[in-house]
Parts: sequence; C-alpha cells; structure tokens
Amino acid sequence: MTTFQTAFEAKSKTTGTAASKKLGAATIVAVIFLVLSGLIFSAEDVVQGSTVRIMYVHVPSIWVAYLAFALTAIFSGVYLSNRSRSLIWDRLAGASAEIGVLFVAVSLVTGSLWGRLTWGTFWVWDARLTSTAFLFITYIGYLAVRRLGGTFRQRARRSSVMALLSVLEIPLVHFSVNLWRTLHQKASVADPNAKVSLDGLMLFTLFWGLISFTMLFAWLLVHRQRLMALEDAVQDRGLDRAIQQRRTEAGL
Amino acid sequence: MTTRLQTVRRVSWAVVCKDLRIEWNSKVLLNQVAPFSLVVMIMFAFALDNEGILQRVAPGLLWLATLFSMLIIVQRSFAVETADGALDALRVAGTEPLGIFIGKSLALMVQLFALELMLLAVALVLYTVEPTATGYAETFATMVVATVGLGFVGTLYGGLGAGARGRETLLPLLLLPAVAPVLIGATRATEAAFESGGAQSSQGWPWIGLLAVFAGVFGAVGALAFGPMIEE
Repeated sequence: MTTFQTAFEAKSKTTGTAASKKLGAATIVAVIFLVLSGLIFSAEDVVQGSTVRIMYVHVPSIWVAYLAFALTAIFSGVYLSNRSRSLIWDRLAGASAEIGVLFVAVSLVTGSLWGRLTWGTFWVWDARLTSTAFLFITYIGYLAVRRLGGTFRQRARRSSVMALLSVLEIPLVHFSVNLWRTLHQKASVADPNAKVSLDGLMLFTLFWGLISFTMLFAWLLVHRQRLMALEDAVQDRGLDRAIQQRRTEAGL
Repeated sequence: MTTRLQTVRRVSWAVVCKDLRIEWNSKVLLNQVAPFSLVVMIMFAFALDNEGILQRVAPGLLWLATLFSMLIIVQRSFAVETADGALDALRVAGTEPLGIFIGKSLALMVQLFALELMLLAVALVLYTVEPTATGYAETFATMVVATVGLGFVGTLYGGLGAGARGRETLLPLLLLPAVAPVLIGATRATEAAFESGGAQSSQGWPWIGLLAVFAGVFGAVGALAFGPMIEE
C-alpha cells in the first residue's frame, strides 16, 4: 500500500498537500504577474508591434515541453534501472509526458499564430517546425502506449522502453529534417555571437515567463502523478470488488 | 561449450528460416501485401493525374508504398508470434532474445527487399522512370541500406506491446514517425538516382550515408532493448 492509497482510503478529497498548495499559490501569483508584464508593462516591438507578446507564451511553453520530455526519459531510465521497480517513477514519467504534449500543442498553436502575423502563413516546412510537429506526434504515441492495457508493470515496462526509444528517435528525425530544410529564425537570445537586442523589460518578461511556466509545470506534475496513483488504486479496488462479488455468488 | 555468439547465430538462423517458411507456406506477402502495394501505386496515379508530376514524385511514392506495406508485414510478423503464445514459449525456453531480434529483423528485411524490387519494376512501368546504369546501382544501394534500417526499426516497434489488445491500430502511429528519416533519406537518394527534378546522381550518396547511420543506430539499440522489452 502506498501513501496515496492510504490517502484514498481516508477519503481524501484533494490531491494537494500543504507544500503543493503553497507552490500552487505562488504559481498563480507568478502567472498573473506574467500576464500583466507581458500584456501591459512591456513595450511593443519596433518591428513586430504587439505580436512580440506571443513570444512570452511561446518560448516558455516549448521550454516546459523540452523539460517535460527530458524528465520523462530520466524517470523511465530510473524505473528500468531501479531494482525495486517502484511504480512512482512510471507515473511521474507518464504525468510529465502528458504535460509536455499539452505544452508542445500550446507552442505549436502560438507559433503558427505568430507565423501568420509575421511570415503571412500559419505553417512553413522548415526544420524546427517540422521536428516539433514530430515531437508532438511521438509523445502522443507514447501516451497511447500507456493506454494499451495489461498490468501496471506491463504498462511501466512498455512505456519506459518507448520513452527511451523516443529520445533516440527525436535527434535522428531532427538531424534528417535539418538536412532536408532550414529556414527558421536562429535563436536570438541564446546565441552568444548575436547582439541581444531585447529591451530590458522585454527580456525580464521572457525570463519571468520561463520561471512561472516551470513552476506551473511542477505544480501540474505533482497533482497529475497523485491523480494517476489514485486511478491505479481505483482500478485495483474495482478488481478486488469484482473478485469478492464472484466469491459471494459462489457462496464461498 | 558453445559461446553466446554461436547461440545467437544459431537462434537467429532458426528464426529466419521459421519466418520465411511461414511466409512460403502462407504466401501472405505474395497474395495480399504485394497486391496491396500495387493498388497503392495505382491510387497515387489517380490522385496526381499527371504524367509529368508522377515521374517527378515517383521516388517519394515508391518509398511511401514501401512504408505502408511494411506496416502490414510487421503486423503479420508479430501476429504469428503472439497468436498461440509462441513468443512466451520462446521466452520461457530461455531463447537468446538477441537471436530472436536478429532473426526477425533479417526475415523482415528479406520480405521488404523483395517487395521493393517489385515496386521498382512497377514504378519503371507505370511512372515511366528511366534510370541510367549508375542510377540503378545507386537505387540498389539505397534499397539495401534503407531495408536494413527498416528491418531493425520495424522489429523493434513491432515487438513493443506484442500481445496487447489494440496494438494493431497503434503500430502505424508509433512506426511512421520513427521511419521518417528513412523516408527523407531514401527518397532524396532515389531522386538523385532517377535524376528526377534536375537532381544529379552524385547527390544521392550522402543520403545513403544518413540511411546507414539510421540502420546502425537502430540495430545497436534494438540489440540492447529487445530483450528487456519482450520479457513482460
């Protein structure tokens, strides 16, 4: 019995603890501040006008997605290498991948809206966009593998192998798509040779976005993982109850 | 005293022979998969409806038809393993998983290569492609290297979740993104070989290099991951 199952038995109505509630409150404050800073305090861009504000959501979401998928791989590796094969690592990997898929979707949508305003088209077949689309599809596949059914151990084993395969697949796809086509804007802030041309408040808003989205990710991850533990517990319970019913029917 | 290498060699040979014998007796490749890929090639012609365009995009269509047919072959390759719990039996018998991986990959490669040769012949006739002698050499080199990669990756993803309900519908979603580098590399190399769209035949070799990297990576990873993957 895990602690969460015990919590479930105790009819806990929430997946939150004192610590996660504090994290949640801090995240909400951080995101509200990001909205104010991104929409009101920071200036318009000289060239792009207000469309530059999309960046404050777009860049942090793809950052969270990369972070989430990296963590999925790490948790999966820990699950496979750990002798105890604790399912918590499997649930953390799954929760992380789900949030990652959500944030890739956000960055694809915001990116194509920005592209429509700036390049005049929602989509171009350039290397970075195409690999990001592949990233999205690959992890949707990962989530589908998790839903294949079977025991929790089977799910954990299959999905952790799949997570590690995806880590291998993504650089290969990225490399070959890169050979195929390159047009995306170079990363302008991270490039050491480029003169950083962002105004102070814009740069601050961007970094604030990274911080607040990372907090949001951590908050969601904690709750999703606990929810998964409860879902597993419910499934176990349903099975126990069904066996009990059969026994009663048979008069055992 | 047999070494592990000898065991692997013996197991993989047995698995190749078994898979190819099943194919020889059932003729699924000949009676179902090959006609399917032919239909796909004809449907492409209906969809594009222009001989100039067809000739230009023939390399891409050739490889797309190969990948679609591959999905069926991989499905079939693991359906015979899971139908009567054959894979479980192999596992319980302590069969070397590396041998199973190599054997199943090789059998898949043989079938894929046969299919590609047929599709090439179809493309020559239906899409009026006319490669030169070096073009043929380049096409065959592309086919060999691409098939090795496809064989490894197909066996790896085919074995993932073998025996689970609903995996038939899941395989295309998992496998197609994984083989995207092969589609890109093989199509560009074949374009160069066919000299379609003004491509030079010398431009194909770097793409064949990409295909070789892909085959090497998935061969190595498959050898490591296949064992843990099938022992559920």
